[in-house]
Amino acid sequence: MSWIPAPVSRFFHRTSSPPHFYALADRFIPWLTVIFLLLLGAGLYGGLYLAPTDYQQGDSYRIIYIHVPAAWMSLFIYVMMAVMGGIALIWRMKLAEVMLISSAPIGAGFTFVALVTGSLWGKPMWGTWWVWDARLTSELILLFLYLGVISLYGAIEEKRAAARAVSILALVGVVNIPIIHYSVQWWNTLHQGPTVSKMDKPSIHVSMLVPLLLMAVAFKFYYLIAVLQAAKLELLKRETSSQWVKALLEKQA
Amino acid sequence: MKPIRKQRLILILLMLAILGVAATFALKAFNENLMYFFSTSDVAAGKAPDNAVFRLGGMVVKGSVERPNADLLVRFKLSDFEKEVSVEYSGILPDLFREGQGIVAKGKLDGRGVFVAEEVLAKHDENYMPPEVAGSLKKPAVQP
Repeated sequence: MSWIPAPVSRFFHRTSSPPHFYALADRFIPWLTVIFLLLLGAGLYGGLYLAPTDYQQGDSYRIIYIHVPAAWMSLFIYVMMAVMGGIALIWRMKLAEVMLISSAPIGAGFTFVALVTGSLWGKPMWGTWWVWDARLTSELILLFLYLGVISLYGAIEEKRAAARAVSILALVGVVNIPIIHYSVQWWNTLHQGPTVSKMDKPSIHVSMLVPLLLMAVAFKFYYLIAVLQAAKLELLKRETSSQWVKALLEKQA
Repeated sequence: MKPIRKQRLILILLMLAILGVAATFALKAFNENLMYFFSTSDVAAGKAPDNAVFRLGGMVVKGSVERPNADLLVRFKLSDFEKEVSVEYSGILPDLFREGQGIVAKGKLDGRGVFVAEEVLAKHDENYMPPEVAGSLKKPAVQP
């Protein structure tokens, strides 16, 4: 890897060693939790209390403070999984496999939350719980992809082989991500078009936008905490017989 | 990068490229079916199916909503700012149904060229603002 500066490459090599990563995660999790709680508190206070009501939807629009960040996370985590899958396939890096499989349940959770909150909002606003338009359908497919990743990994006994199969599935599924994102522009859908990620200025009032962005960042931190916890557990399971796990157990006993 | 890794990288990029092209062609082929609704111009141009149920989307024309009888029957016009189509619906309308609001109706065209809807859904637009801001704008809900 000549085109990557040596210190960066060294950092990655060190971090990717399981015991080092485990210790690093342990050290970071409390800080991440504090930041997450602060952002969550500020976002919820701003979104549910400070932000004004919407001119058409009244207070019902406040579900976007959960729905939109969850939907963004569902896409973001899948892209992360695909990147990890690529790294796992090319460099056979164990930690990338662990991060990939640890991300899947979290991503599935966010996708589920996005679908359910959207449905709860859809009933009073659109007049229906569910329609088979391009946005809703492609997001549902994303949920199935996550579930596919989880079950494929569980179905193969040998975990390194399982991780390779899952990496390929994660990479294949990544074609769905641009489809979800652009579905509301490419086709007529019942789901409204993008509000925040437009080229010109967002079509949401700034007093409503700020809490939304706070919530989005809070959700990112939640993902970090959850994925590090899950990865720690997965590492322990995979490396039960290795020296560093034994040392760790002795230290805690 | 070691040759074997480079090979794997190229293989993965190739796979993604092929998948992307395949997905593009598939979506192009199913383009019509992926449209959730027809626009009023499509209907005026005769692109919508005859004697079959389809969905029609558009903006409710201001001042066009009328209730001719005491029952639930509603008549209004839908427009995409080019062509208008008359719609009849008998039932309960969603909260967001109002003049100037986008809706999607499911139903079929009858002999008079009127779209008889059996279901009406409100299509919310992507604008969020406080009521004061909306009041200070002249026509808040008429952004296509």
